Amino acid sequence: MNNPTDLKYSKTHEWVRVEADGTATIGITDHAQSELGDVIYLELPAIGASLTLDEPFGTVESVKAVSDLVAPLSGRVVRVNSDLVDAPEAINPDPYGCWLLVIEASALSEAADLLSAEDYALFTEEG
Amino acid sequence: MRRTPLFNAHVTDGARMVDFAGWQMPVQYGSILDEVRAVRSGVGVFDVSHMGQVRVSGAGALGAIQRLLTNDASKLAPGRAQYSLMCDDGGGILDDLIVYRRDGGAGAPDFLIVVNASNRETDFDWMSARGSGPDAVFDDVSDDYALIAVQGPMAEATLAPSLTGCDLAKLPAFSHAAAVFGSAPVHVARTGYTGEDGFEIFSAPTAAETIWRTLRDSGVVPCGLGARDVLRIEASYSLYGHEINRETNPYEAGLGWVVKPSKGDFIGREPIVAAKAAGLTRRLTGILPDDVRAIPRQGTVVTTAAGAGIVTSGTMSTTLDRAIGIAYLPKDAEGDVTLAMRGRELPARIVDLPFYKRCR
Repeated sequence: MNNPTDLKYSKTHEWVRVEADGTATIGITDHAQSELGDVIYLELPAIGASLTLDEPFGTVESVKAVSDLVAPLSGRVVRVNSDLVDAPEAINPDPYGCWLLVIEASALSEAADLLSAEDYALFTEEG
Repeated sequence: MRRTPLFNAHVTDGARMVDFAGWQMPVQYGSILDEVRAVRSGVGVFDVSHMGQVRVSGAGALGAIQRLLTNDASKLAPGRAQYSLMCDDGGGILDDLIVYRRDGGAGAPDFLIVVNASNRETDFDWMSARGSGPDAVFDDVSDDYALIAVQGPMAEATLAPSLTGCDLAKLPAFSHAAAVFGSAPVHVARTGYTGEDGFEIFSAPTAAETIWRTLRDSGVVPCGLGARDVLRIEASYSLYGHEINRETNPYEAGLGWVVKPSKGDFIGREPIVAAKAAGLTRRLTGILPDDVRAIPRQGTVVTTAAGAGIVTSGTMSTTLDRAIGIAYLPKDAEGDVTLAMRGRELPARIVDLPFYKRCR
């Protein structure tokens, strides 16, 4: 798996791009899409909804299973990728090109606990 | 955890392996949806070596099978196969299976019964305890066979070049014959559980990998348990533990056509016949959610005007390009229903089964 080094990763397999202005873009990792198989359904919160660190904020469903999406950071939703909700199968070939949400992070210090690409690669190999 | 003779071939082919019924089996090689498409429009190959085989032989073999199973095996000519059920004393379904009659018809009856992997030991114990006698011998011969299913409209054309000794074009559905694949003696049956034309090849375990490789080299798409589940739900074939189990009656499961009370006594006959006479309370139906991406998973509660029901299987149908489900609903339920899915109520409607039937 090739995980971009400019992203941070959660142990629940979300990727996060933290911007200097306090916003963060969230998606699911290559490992996650590979484990899920064909993604067919996405359920995401509305703009304005609040995310709480480590709490489920939506679901991703594949032919095989339904999985929770878990918040890698706390914050308020400012953008939702509605194109992806309409065509969630786009995640499988391009998990790092398909973002789910942009949030205004309420505590960027939480990002310190996220994994680097290298640590995430080790984590998924062990897991 | 058991491995089939094709374990190494699956790993080489890039399969994602999962634990299933005590076996390490491939769930998918790439995309489940692509594998389903291959079987519906071309040809796919499945490793089903994990399924169990019970041999029944001896002068009393037919009598034993007639007592153990619901269908009428006396109608089974040599070289033919029959879908059947095995029920307990209360009429609950212990398993669904296929009986192959292998003897030539001139004495020495010889049957092979293929059962679900998850029920292999319990089925064998039940059969041998309830069916065996001085002239009916039961053997668990599961380890003697690898089993490869070749399924799809191109199955016959794909198998023909490697398979000799048997004219596949003259092998009707639910029949079987001895043949040779490459240099390996095999038994080939025109059976399967995908809703397509197809064949199942019984071989020695040592011959399986060469057969698999030969098929792969001819362009057949390897398919895993994931695709198998989508295909059988589309064709609305029951799966043990979903549509059928010890709490289900064959009639409500839509399997009354393999129950033959007229053949005489068999285990479970009285309660099955009595339940039908008293009137069935529920039946298996199809469910189509209005939201084509909302898969009704097993266990989803269905609310209808006639009472509540429950989903037994659901999936994304590649062929219909929408979510589909199978549910037990009150017998008189019809029209619009509501699905309780992860805290939300989603509208759906009842349709007849099956979802998919191939053109012949």
